[in-house]
Amino acid sequence: MAFNRERDHGTPPAIVTGKTVTLTVDGQPVTVPEGTSIMRATSLMGGAIPKLCATDNVESFGSCRLCLVEVEGRNGYPASCTTPVGEGMVVHTQTERLKKLRRGVMELYISDHPLDCLTCAANGDCELQDQAGAVGLRDVRYGYDGATNMGQEKDVSNPYFDFDPSKCIVCSRCVRACDEVQGTFALTIENMGFKSKVSPSQGDSFLDSECVSCGACVQACPTASLIEKKVVEIGTPDRAVVTTCAYCGVGCTFRAEMRGEELVRMVPWKDGKANHGHSCVKGRFAWGYAQHRDRILNPMIRASVEEPWREVSWEVAIAHTASEFQRIQAKYGVRSIGGITSSRCTNEETYLVQKLIRQGFGNNNVDTCARVCHSPTGYGLNTTLGTSAGTQDFDSVTQADVILVIGANPTDAHPVFGSRMKQRLREGARLIVVDPRRIDLVRSAHVKADHHLALRPGTNVVILTALAHVIVTEGLANEAFIRARCDWDEYQHWAEFVSQRERSPEATEALTGVKADEVRAAARLYATGGNAAIYYGLGVTEHSQGSSAVIAIANLAMATGNMGREGVGVNPLRGQNNVQGSCDMGSFPHEFPGYRHVSIDAVRQSFEKAWGVTLDPEPGLRINNMLDAATDGVFKGLFVQGEDILQSDPNTHHVAAGLAAMECVVVQDLFLNETANYAHIFLPGSTFLEKDGTFTNAERRIQLVRQVMTPLNGYADWEVVQLVANAMGLDWSYTHPAEIMDEIAALTPTFAGVSFDKLDEKGSLQWPANDAAPDGTPTMHVDQFVRGKGKFVVTDYVPTDEKTGPRFPLLLTTGRILSQYNVGAQTRRTGNVAWHAEDVLEIHPTDAENRGIADGHWVSLRSRAGETTLRAKVTDRVAPGVVYTTFHHPDTQANVITTDFSDWATNCPEFKVTAVQVALSNGSSEWQQRYAEQARMSRRIETVEAAE
Amino acid sequence: MMSNQERLIYMANQIARNLETIDSAKAVAATAGHITKFWDPRMRGNIIDALDQPDAGLGDIARQAVMLLRDARA
Repeated sequence: MAFNRERDHGTPPAIVTGKTVTLTVDGQPVTVPEGTSIMRATSLMGGAIPKLCATDNVESFGSCRLCLVEVEGRNGYPASCTTPVGEGMVVHTQTERLKKLRRGVMELYISDHPLDCLTCAANGDCELQDQAGAVGLRDVRYGYDGATNMGQEKDVSNPYFDFDPSKCIVCSRCVRACDEVQGTFALTIENMGFKSKVSPSQGDSFLDSECVSCGACVQACPTASLIEKKVVEIGTPDRAVVTTCAYCGVGCTFRAEMRGEELVRMVPWKDGKANHGHSCVKGRFAWGYAQHRDRILNPMIRASVEEPWREVSWEVAIAHTASEFQRIQAKYGVRSIGGITSSRCTNEETYLVQKLIRQGFGNNNVDTCARVCHSPTGYGLNTTLGTSAGTQDFDSVTQADVILVIGANPTDAHPVFGSRMKQRLREGARLIVVDPRRIDLVRSAHVKADHHLALRPGTNVVILTALAHVIVTEGLANEAFIRARCDWDEYQHWAEFVSQRERSPEATEALTGVKADEVRAAARLYATGGNAAIYYGLGVTEHSQGSSAVIAIANLAMATGNMGREGVGVNPLRGQNNVQGSCDMGSFPHEFPGYRHVSIDAVRQSFEKAWGVTLDPEPGLRINNMLDAATDGVFKGLFVQGEDILQSDPNTHHVAAGLAAMECVVVQDLFLNETANYAHIFLPGSTFLEKDGTFTNAERRIQLVRQVMTPLNGYADWEVVQLVANAMGLDWSYTHPAEIMDEIAALTPTFAGVSFDKLDEKGSLQWPANDAAPDGTPTMHVDQFVRGKGKFVVTDYVPTDEKTGPRFPLLLTTGRILSQYNVGAQTRRTGNVAWHAEDVLEIHPTDAENRGIADGHWVSLRSRAGETTLRAKVTDRVAPGVVYTTFHHPDTQANVITTDFSDWATNCPEFKVTAVQVALSNGSSEWQQRYAEQARMSRRIETVEAAE
Repeated sequence: MMSNQERLIYMANQIARNLETIDSAKAVAATAGHITKFWDPRMRGNIIDALDQPDAGLGDIARQAVMLLRDARA
């Protein structure tokens, strides 16, 4: 397969006005949208005007003077990148005068550029080299003896790319990419004229600067000045495969650029509908875990968790898995085993795991990581709107006039969407942030929230109801929309409730800690500021009233008519790459694929007919229920694919006790994760680079995952599940994930129009995709809600039972950081540790001072559930009385601290509210010491002596 | 920390407490419906067993809801 770069049209598409312009370029007529540049028009007709400072993901700049053209009837030689087309315009891109001018420009560039092309890492992939050829440069008349910028020191501080200022042509593409695409404004051009130089922050190294390592600058660089270390190490790629990122729920698509079976670099795909050619540090760079030495490539078994692991063949491991599960069911009953699907695996793999459990295990004991993140989204949005997913696509944000972000930190957890949001904010959209912490969106370069409601953790429902109070009592509700689209009686009941004086911002100010005036102003802005869109995350769901808060959000959107069109809606920012898909695929214990309850006879019978078995009509166990049942002695076997519940789930002691009580825990993963400490069988997993399938992102977009290299462990994960199923007596014969998707489509109405062929043809599809919507559904609930009439539901505040007091006076809330991903199993095994080598505890200066704590001190963090130690970071990002940490590192294990309290409707853990005390410490906790030793012992692998 | 049985009772009360705020007149039926929809048969059996323990801690709405479950099972 030949390697081709993506075509670069030089300047971005024009703003759509619906009008077109016809001009002539080099004698050829071309019709393009009004506002298009001459450069882009020429490219669209197949031509190519020489260029250096222009690239089509940033606005034109007009600095390099290489793209000059002649326009009949106009004086001079305008830059084609900054000159818009005009009706009837006649353009010449190649004349004797232009050739001479361009050669003169190129001579100047090359006179100050190293002539080491043959040994340069970008040789063959360098725009400067290409353009020198394109303009026919044969000599540099000025010689090379004068003053130059060559010989400058390289900045190799970033773990993923180098910056060689000697090769920089100061085209500013990197600076503009950082500003316009990423929105971090970390780069600048320092000095002037000949001394001009790209500089991160104020002359810092890249690593020490504000740079977030998204790589947009590297992608934009037309020379080898900014270049991936992997390209330096390996060489340029020789083929590319488009695939989908396996990190967060944004679902960026990338060109995996390969040399043979070696991945050289991931380049965000410009045609990617979710990311439009942008990426973050994780997706672009943090894929080294795929080849990390810690990967386990051979199956292993052991009789007890005290024993070392013993490597066995796949045949032995699969047979042992099946026989253990069958033994346990024969002894303890059909409901004594279950499984957990992975939101890091494909739709097809997730579907197969739930099928294995329902068809093979004969019960509904299947759950997934959404239990601990967005299960309240499923409950809340299904209750109010009729479907368990967000209402918009990501592009919708470009039409939003007001953006309300609650309990989400997009620039850290969904960075590529965060950048899109910041672009819209820089265009003038207004911003309301509801969050206990001062997240970056509250104030960063060229972005400032109009209102930051820094509420006390645990009071989301109060503040959302107070916002509704203002909207209803000040007459800001959209009565026409409500009457047309929602149940009017239910609205009136709800409106009466929220209008009560005790729901007002003034009455609740003491509870939330947010000034009433600020709440009122935010409510007015949301209701009257034009298209208003709500984006929310785990700061909403991971509470004892997570489901109520989701319902309250839907209430707000319906009450203001902000539903059913672009620029508005309710948008859950899903955490893992395929958490939406894993939920869609029937990973919950009460639902078949497509969110249909197991007790519905017609639905169950459709699966029974397809699978040839009688299925259990009773709901199964949630993860926490499984652990409870295990400690009760009735749940004895668990299949865990690609999830690390010991680290990710609350109250680690309880999780450990549950796992320890089981007779057979099977972990399928890339690494011996924390859960594997309690496993009896380990089945090696495969990475997203090693398999075919699909992921579904937070905007319901189904995208292809394409295999780019052979699985190191020998099998894709779906193949391993099929082996287990067949060993348990099932008769599966899938030869490719496309066949699995065909089965999903046949059994799931919202996926009826989905196939691999169609995904290949369309690039992606947003479900529902069926006969009613053959091209998918970017915006939901356009004419009516999925459930018919939108349902308003009263959401009264029920305080959490997790209380602060003298022993535990502070509130802990947990979250994520940009450079790490969830339990860190992947990102801790990459260069991303350069930014976050350990979890730290953010504590307000006042709370720190009261405890004698300074920045960097070791502190103990103690709750009613447990204790750990970590370093303190003193910062006013958190309010007094609130502390914050991440859960990326098992050495810290933040979930030793979190409790069993959970959402009333879904059991989603209350990660965001834990009463704690913080004190100076001089060492790791007893638990940490014990755990470190246990983990070391548990990861021993028996050495097999070589044969004589 | 709570025992598993205490946790079930806590969960039932928590469901009842939240559903009561939505519509107190329908809270008993809604609580019973929620438990039926989301709890596995053994958990439902265990909470029904709690009816035999007057001081188990079931609140009024939760208790009435569990009685509905018990009646439906019979």
